[in-house]
Formats: sequence, C-alpha cells, structure tokens
Amino acid sequence: MSATTLFGLCGALLVGVGIYGLVVNPQPLRKILSFNLIGSGVFLLFGVVARRGAALGMGGDPVPQALVITGIVVAFSATALAVALLLRLHDVSGTASLTTKESPEPSDT
Amino acid sequence: MSALATLIPETTTAGGFLLVLALVLPLAGVFAALILGGCNARRVAMLTIPLGLALAVAIGVELVQTGQTVIYLLGGWAPPLGIALRADGLSAAMLLTTTVVLLGVALFARDDFETPENLREARAPFMFWTLLMAVWGALNAVFLAGDLFTLYVALELLTFAGVPLVSLEGHSETLRAALRYLLFALLGSVLYMLGAVLLYGAYGTLDIAILAERVRPGMLCFAAGALMTVGLLAKTALFPLHLWLPPAHAGAPAAASAVLSALVVKGSWFLVVRLWFDVMPGVVTFSAAQLLGGLGSAAIVVGSVVALRQERLKLLVAYSTMAQIGYLFLMFPLAFDVSGNGPVHGFALAGGLLQVISHATAKAGMFMAAGLIYAALGHDRIADLAGVARAMPITVLAFALAGLALMGVVPSGAYLAKKLLLDAADGSGQWWWTIVLQGGAVFTAGYVVLVLASVLRRRSDPLLLVSRVSRLSELVALALSAGSLLLALAALGPVPGEFVSSPFAPKEMGVLLVVFLGGSLLASGLSRRSLLGAAGANAGVMRRIAAGVGESFELADGVIRRWQFASISLLMLAILFGGALVWGAPPS
Repeated sequence: MSATTLFGLCGALLVGVGIYGLVVNPQPLRKILSFNLIGSGVFLLFGVVARRGAALGMGGDPVPQALVITGIVVAFSATALAVALLLRLHDVSGTASLTTKESPEPSDT
Repeated sequence: MSALATLIPETTTAGGFLLVLALVLPLAGVFAALILGGCNARRVAMLTIPLGLALAVAIGVELVQTGQTVIYLLGGWAPPLGIALRADGLSAAMLLTTTVVLLGVALFARDDFETPENLREARAPFMFWTLLMAVWGALNAVFLAGDLFTLYVALELLTFAGVPLVSLEGHSETLRAALRYLLFALLGSVLYMLGAVLLYGAYGTLDIAILAERVRPGMLCFAAGALMTVGLLAKTALFPLHLWLPPAHAGAPAAASAVLSALVVKGSWFLVVRLWFDVMPGVVTFSAAQLLGGLGSAAIVVGSVVALRQERLKLLVAYSTMAQIGYLFLMFPLAFDVSGNGPVHGFALAGGLLQVISHATAKAGMFMAAGLIYAALGHDRIADLAGVARAMPITVLAFALAGLALMGVVPSGAYLAKKLLLDAADGSGQWWWTIVLQGGAVFTAGYVVLVLASVLRRRSDPLLLVSRVSRLSELVALALSAGSLLLALAALGPVPGEFVSSPFAPKEMGVLLVVFLGGSLLASGLSRRSLLGAAGANAGVMRRIAAGVGESFELADGVIRRWQFASISLLMLAILFGGALVWGAPPS
C-alpha cells in the first residue's frame, strides 16, 4: 500500500466518522466537532490529490495546497459562527439543545 | 499538458471590470458600514444598492450588446491556474433580480431598522443593514464565479450572512432555528466540497468551462456529481431536506424573511443549474433528472398541504416557499429528451429562470405583507385575521397579487414559465410533468384562498391595531407583487408572442375558475378550520376524512423534519443520485 492510498483511506475514514457523528449525536457541540472531522477528512483527501498530482502529470501539484488553506479558513469561520450561536442560545434559554423539551419534534414557534 | 494547450485562451472582455465592481461594491459597503458604525449602516446600504442596480443593468446591457459572455481574469491569469469571473445571460438575469428585490427590501425595512434617535448604535439595525449587503455580495459572487471552489466560498459566505439574519431578534427559538440551519447547511457544503475535490483529483482543474470539456462519464464523476447535487439540495431545502426552512424563514423579521426566501435559497439552486447544465451536461442522466423532478413534485404537495394546516401566517408563507422550491426543480427533467441523450434544454431553462425571478419577487412581496399584518396586529394567527382587509387594504392587495402571481395567472411570470415548461413537457414527451405543472396551481390557490377568506371576513367588534405600519412599506410590498404579476409582459421581447394570451380569454378565465374552485375545495377540506366559519360546524364524513389526511401530512412532515431522518435521507439521496447516474448513463 502506497502512502497516498493510506492517506486517502484515512481521509475517507475521517469523513465517515464525521458523518456518523453528525447524524447520531443530538448535542450541537458534538455536531460542530463532527463537521470539523468531515472537513479534516476532505482536506486530507485534497492533500492526497496534490501529492498525486496525477491530473497534471507532475510529481506534485501546488494548487490544492492553496485551496486547502482557504477551505480551512472557511471551516474555521463556520465553527466560530456555530459556537457563537450555541453560546448565545445557552445564555438565552439555559440549554444547548436543538429541540425544545416540551416537544421532541421541531417546534413550530 | 497537451490538453491545456488545445484550449482557446480566454481573455478579459471589454466590460470585464463591471464584474469586479459587482463583487467589490457590496463588500466595500459591508466594510464601510463596519467602520462608520451603527447609525450609518443604513445610509451606506441605501447608497450602494441603487448603485448596484445601475451596475447590474450595465452588465446586462454589455451582455446584450456584445452578444457573448462577459469575462474577467483575475490578475490576468488564465484558467486553469488563474480564476475567471464570467457573466452569461443566466448570471445577468439573476444579478438584476437580486438587486431589484434587495432595493425593495431596503425600502421596506427603512423604518423598521432605523437606529433610535438617542442611540449611537443598536444591534438589530446595524446587523441587518450590514448582513443585507453581505448577502448581496455573496449572491453576486455565486452568480459570477467561474470555478467550483470560488463557488464553494461564495456559497459559504451566503450561509454565514443568511444565518444571523434568522436570529436577528435573538429569541431562543430563532437562535435554535439559526443553529439548525447552519449545521445542516454545513453538512451540505462539506459534501459539495468533497465532490469538488474528487473532480479536481481526476481532471486537474475546477474551472467550469475547462471541466465541461474534460468531464467524462465514469464512477468518480458520478460520485462527485451525486455528492455535489445533494449537498446543494440540502442548502436549497428541497423536500425531504427542508428541516431548517420553516422555523428559520418564519422566525426571522419580515424583511429578513423576504431576503432569505426570495434570494438566499436561490443561490444554491443556481449552483445546481450550473453544475448540471454547464459542468456535467454529458454526465447527468434522464433518470437522475426524473428523481430531481420527483422530489420537486413531492415538495409541492407536502409543502402546500402542510401550509394549509398552519395556524400562523408567517409559517404558512414559509411552507409555501418550501412548495415553490419544488417548482424550481421541475425544469430539470423537462430539459431532457425522453430518449435520454443528455440535456436538450428547449424552453425548459428559460422557463425555470423565469420561475425563479417571478417567485423571488412574489415571495418577497408576500413575506412583506405577512410581516406588515403581524406588525399591525401584534400577532399573525390566521383564524383571527377577520377585518384586516378593511384596515389594511394595500397590504391585503399585495398579498393577493403575490398569491395570484405564484398561482401562475396571466400575465404573471409564473404563467409564462408554466407555458414554457408545458411546451418542453410536450416537446420531450414527458406528459406526467404536465399534471404536476397544472395541478400545482390548485395547491397554491388553496393556501392563498385560505388566507384571503380569513382577512376578508367581516368582524363585529372593531379591529385593534397595535401599531401603524409605514405606507412606504405597504407600497413596496405591493410593487414587488404587482411586478411579479406583470412579469410576462416584460419578458415578451425574447419569447415568442403566442405564449401569452389575453387574461380575459375564455380559456384562461376557465382555467382560473377551476384553479380557484379546486383551491377552495382543498382549503376547506384540509385546513384546520372550515373556510366559512360557522358553516363548518356540521362536519360531514368527507370533511373528517380530509382532516385526517391533512393531519397525517402534518405528522409526516414532523418526522421528516427530525434531524436524524433528514440527515439519513440526505445520504440516501446521495446513493440514489449516484445510482441514477450509473445506471442511467447511455452505453458507451
């Protein structure tokens, strides 16, 4: 198994674990962390793509590096916004849950 | 490298700088608002948005005059290494619609989001005007970006600007809605990016024009296409991925709802169009398009029926948005030939575009009208709206005109769009979409009739208005609705005249009557209360059965909108789309 395949599999594993976490965890903070796991998996995959450089016929490809950095900044901003909303929600309502206690379904109000 | 050399090198066209201005102007507005501080944010927005309108018109004129795509290469670097901004007809039309609606929203919200005299800065007005310009900048980036990664960043900016608009009022319910929206949208965008990464890995570029030439049907391309499509559907809130839309759009202040509903969901829809028809026209298949259209039809039925069951006006309008999003996806199957040899377009693309424009204007007007009623009465319980028509005739007229426009009455944009799509359905031999297109109007009529019946009712005691609404806001809502209703006249130029018939022709009157009767029937059967008040006391068997149907729809919607259900449907849809691409591919 070559290094690129190994890294590729790691990326796929991270995406899988992240999606699992995002689906099953009810707590918003864990959802945010899961989103970051998926993001890391995708960035790792992008790194593998750069290392392979296959599409350009080179030994390596610098473009994905630049894109990954941008992607990380975007994911960071997303996380910051989500955490800020979560903190505010906790301040206002005293809980950090996406569903209201009275109704397990999404509330209509 | 030989593949690169064969491409025609693109150059910046004469009007290319206009595209840069269209990106810089809104963002410069955001920064100016941040620096100048709270009370000046409104002034900055009021200054930049009319300028933006002039800019959008200039881009349109440039496009029509030169007859070719307006291109700007950032830093003079040509793709695949550089980044290109491109404006074609589709982008220009969306740019113009966006600025017109934003101008309407800005005028509508002028008094609502005014910084109080005695304060230097108030949170809600400051954030509203800043975010309004941020949404605008992000949308312009979505319409102009020429590569998949810039589109990803633009889409994220759009979400980041849209989410705080939801929670502008800061109640726990709206915060919760905003957080759900953000988290689900993030899941969508990360899947989109995964698809983009896979495409880069295979073809070494993310530029749309270059990808379109290189993309070949294959496992990797199918996976990327499926992931990107469902990721975008999650952001567009197409059924069954609409869990975040109703609370988010209903909880936001009226002006913000209008922006979110009329414009923000269209951003990701626009990207699906780009992806399907510009990036991978050779990859998408007839069966995948059928799936997309099927989801759209389900959205129309479920969204409309659940809208009828709502007790609050803003939620009704939010569910109507969910149904109208379904309409936007009917153009996808109709752009295909039934023989399944890739998209053939015909009038389907034009019809879809026209539908987006007419929905953007009508829905903005409708949300504004709903917001005005809420502001005037201090509540928006549909059952207690009796007497509103007498107290606020302009607002009710705006709501009614928006409803007529959404139903597709002559000469609304939706009418012409429906005609074009029906023509495409005939031309491509897909008679089944004709039923959806014609039947959808009845569902729309259902909830419009429900609201109108309530506001037109007489009331014995005088109606108490808790606050006066500004005349300007009412007129803006009316103007947007009326604009949508008259859109077909404006579109007459590029479209053959035989598509628009007189609104008073017997055939059109007959259709209108059938639609209204069907809508009234639906409304009286499926709504919580009988349409005529007291007459519903002697509920018959039919009424009870219909009520049961309505209730089961509502229950189903509750289940579908659970997080687990929605996110698992998202993954299932990715697999289904992948399957439809793999098995629907023509043998090569």
